[in-house]
Amino acid sequence: MYDCIIIGCGITGAAAAYRLARYRGRFAVLEKSNDVANATTKANSAIIHAGYDPAPGTQMARLNVEGNRQAAEICQKLNVPFRRTGSLVLAFSEEECRTLDELYRRGVENGVPDLALLSGAGARAVEPGLSDQVKAALYAPTAAVVNPWEYALAMAETAVKNGVELYLEHPVTAIRPVEGGYALTTPRGEFCARTVINAAGVHADQVESLIAPPGYRIHPVRGEYWLLDKSEGSRVRHVVFQCPNRQGKGVLVAPTVHGNLIVGPNAQPVEDREDVGCSAQGLAFVREKARKSVPGVRFGENIRNFAGLRATADTDDFLIGENPAAPGFFHLAGIKSPGLTAAPAIGLEAVRLLQEKGLALEEKADFDDTREHVVFRELSAEEKNRWIRRDPRYGRVICRCETVTEGEIVAAVHGVIPATTVNAVKRRCNAGMGRCQGGFCGPRVQAILARELGVDPTEVLMDGPGTQVLTGETKTGGGHNEV
Amino acid sequence: MKYDLIVVGGGPAGLAAAKAAREAGLTRILILERDKELGGILNQCIHNGFGLHRFQEELTGPEYAGRYLAMLEGTGVETRLDTMVLEVTPDRRVCCINPRDGYREYEAASVVLAMGCRERTRGAIALPGSRCAGVFTAGAAQRFLNMEGYMVGRRVVILGSGDIGLIMARRMTLEGAQVLACVEVMPHPGGLTRNIVQCLEDFNIPLYLSHTITDIRGSGRVEQVTVAQVDENRTPVPGTERVFDCDTVLLSVGLIPENELTRQAGAQMDPRTGGAQVWENMETSIPGVFACGNVVHVHDLVDFVSAESERAGRAAAAFVQGSAGQAGPVLELQAGQGVRYTVPQKLRLSQVEKNAEVFFRVTRMFGPARVQVRSGEQVLARFARDRMAPGEMERIAVPRVLLDKADAEQALVVEVQEETP
Repeated sequence: MYDCIIIGCGITGAAAAYRLARYRGRFAVLEKSNDVANATTKANSAIIHAGYDPAPGTQMARLNVEGNRQAAEICQKLNVPFRRTGSLVLAFSEEECRTLDELYRRGVENGVPDLALLSGAGARAVEPGLSDQVKAALYAPTAAVVNPWEYALAMAETAVKNGVELYLEHPVTAIRPVEGGYALTTPRGEFCARTVINAAGVHADQVESLIAPPGYRIHPVRGEYWLLDKSEGSRVRHVVFQCPNRQGKGVLVAPTVHGNLIVGPNAQPVEDREDVGCSAQGLAFVREKARKSVPGVRFGENIRNFAGLRATADTDDFLIGENPAAPGFFHLAGIKSPGLTAAPAIGLEAVRLLQEKGLALEEKADFDDTREHVVFRELSAEEKNRWIRRDPRYGRVICRCETVTEGEIVAAVHGVIPATTVNAVKRRCNAGMGRCQGGFCGPRVQAILARELGVDPTEVLMDGPGTQVLTGETKTGGGHNEV
Repeated sequence: MKYDLIVVGGGPAGLAAAKAAREAGLTRILILERDKELGGILNQCIHNGFGLHRFQEELTGPEYAGRYLAMLEGTGVETRLDTMVLEVTPDRRVCCINPRDGYREYEAASVVLAMGCRERTRGAIALPGSRCAGVFTAGAAQRFLNMEGYMVGRRVVILGSGDIGLIMARRMTLEGAQVLACVEVMPHPGGLTRNIVQCLEDFNIPLYLSHTITDIRGSGRVEQVTVAQVDENRTPVPGTERVFDCDTVLLSVGLIPENELTRQAGAQMDPRTGGAQVWENMETSIPGVFACGNVVHVHDLVDFVSAESERAGRAAAAFVQGSAGQAGPVLELQAGQGVRYTVPQKLRLSQVEKNAEVFFRVTRMFGPARVQVRSGEQVLARFARDRMAPGEMERIAVPRVLLDKADAEQALVVEVQEETP
């Protein structure tokens, strides 16, 4: 029997696993997808928020500010791209100026350091691309941008390296109480644990209802985005927000850690919890909103649109606690924005909940809190040559837009949490992430995956089940071309 | 070791430039090619129709490349395959890597940039819909079929009527797939007329002009696409939607010159072509750095790529040999009415021998019309055309004697005058 099983390996489940991995005990993570970080965690604004938005006194406010502090340290230790850009919230009217005053007051109360209110001119001085309609701005220097899926992957990998068991493609389909805990059914077997942490994101209420009435409901809210080429990557230096509204933090324009520009999201409530498609209307709305902040954004430089689902619950705060009808069954639910920021702090909350429940958590002496990740293009010429001598595959560039080598792709396929799909490779080493979107490297990545996994190329998936890239062989047959 | 010429890219442009530079007397020539063989995109173009102008024969892509490889054989031109160029500096150092030599820097007396182009993607046109598998650029699909031997789908809708999409409509059909429609947002086809006839009409594949895809649905692979008519602003017209059940969408929605190295080197770019601004001899704004082929502007026919690239190769040789002409009057070309861009963008009169060759594309379909070259109010030359289409590159050769009359203070305007019946 496991001491604790975490359901879901998005940023929240990964952070909980990372925090638990420091302690002795048997821990497992059950993830329904074939990769970690494969839902909301991979499709969001990628922002580490400063913490002036949430209402003072809420868990959200405290965990946001704490999570912001913890993120920098974790990203440095685990080699995750993180850049403290600072953020600006823009006001375009007198009413919005009053909103800024309120955000400033909240921020101070929440313990956000170094906030400053700027005039319109002051804002344009630090961010020249802003509209001349901007009347004022709230500057928060502690806001940052991060690679969200690598952040989750890094925490999950570190957990796995330290003994946490990760089971991909293990959706939990039934839960029943057993002596001293719970039994979780998956299509690949049953798992028993003394305690369970539900970190199932947009599916949290559905998962929880397998054991008891959850007491909350998730209403997914879709957000659509534009991701622009690196040629637009320096259009802004800060994360540029508009005033928040009831639906969320509004449309932002921000640099990414990869050097691109991200623009979005809108807020569209949806019924289907897998509906991450984009609509022409949604994208047009986002584009027009963004132009209000930064008129010069060249949307012709777009390289990809995507949408993500916010796991919004019918409460204003995060839902962190025990199900009253199921002792030892905890939820980390309703983790909408600023969930990415709060994740490591939420992970600590999970540990605290287990300790309060009487789980004796004893720290390991040999916890390995490091992660190596080679990004070939960032190496010096000497280092490049050292890697190529060690493994000549580092001398073969497969993805030319992002300068990703075969060595890096092979390393991703055989990593701590192996990449088994084209998109999983992309998330680990950026192959196919650039301006040609895999047009050139796609067939090559496909062939490397088939070779390294020992499967037929027609079996290689782009992403989830049913996403086969190829449908069969041509009349003359496949497999002529070696990678 | 210092090379006379380093050619970045071993596709049709790079091969022709190297060949011409060798014939013009350069000896230390190095071609850097990222793929495992020379020939570039020609290798996956197994259809015929290449070489009608250059060799007066109809060849397949690999055969066309083979002609140039044969011409290079025994000439001492060096090649490094499987080699990616990471940087070209303005003082003509070329940094590259490959598995065998690792990271290397080479010096060159001249450089020819011949990196070709890439395809516009789903993202580039912000095509909405699900995040499903089965959406490919036509060229990526072509590689899967012709190089790897795999099918990318069975029921196909093609968006865009660029040449690669048209070629793939036929190719997929011959492989047993069903191509349900080719959908083009513009009121005219994007590709060559001969491809419309031979790849769509001959196979009864419907072409929907002034239509676009408004939605793609599917949970795993593509399952459905919605196609709608567009108005003159290219906005979908409500009520005109029709749904196709398919598993694949191929995109043939334009090509973009691949100029990351060019920009990084600091060459002046032309936003209309997406390529470097070039002089009459294909030299960029960086002395001794030349560019040719699809990296400068997207061509329809490889034959013209070869011709242009041979000029670049000869010019690189002249640069290295110090025989390039002296500076003289400079004429700046301007795309006038009905003309989208010109290549070259500038002319040094002293460098023009008998004719200055000017390539351009028109902005829309034209019936009988005249292309005229004007300096101020003075029309220097006129060229009659029966029809012109945006999908087909136009070429004029303006005699030097006429250019001598141009006013160097004024832009040289290339424009279309429609003939009034």
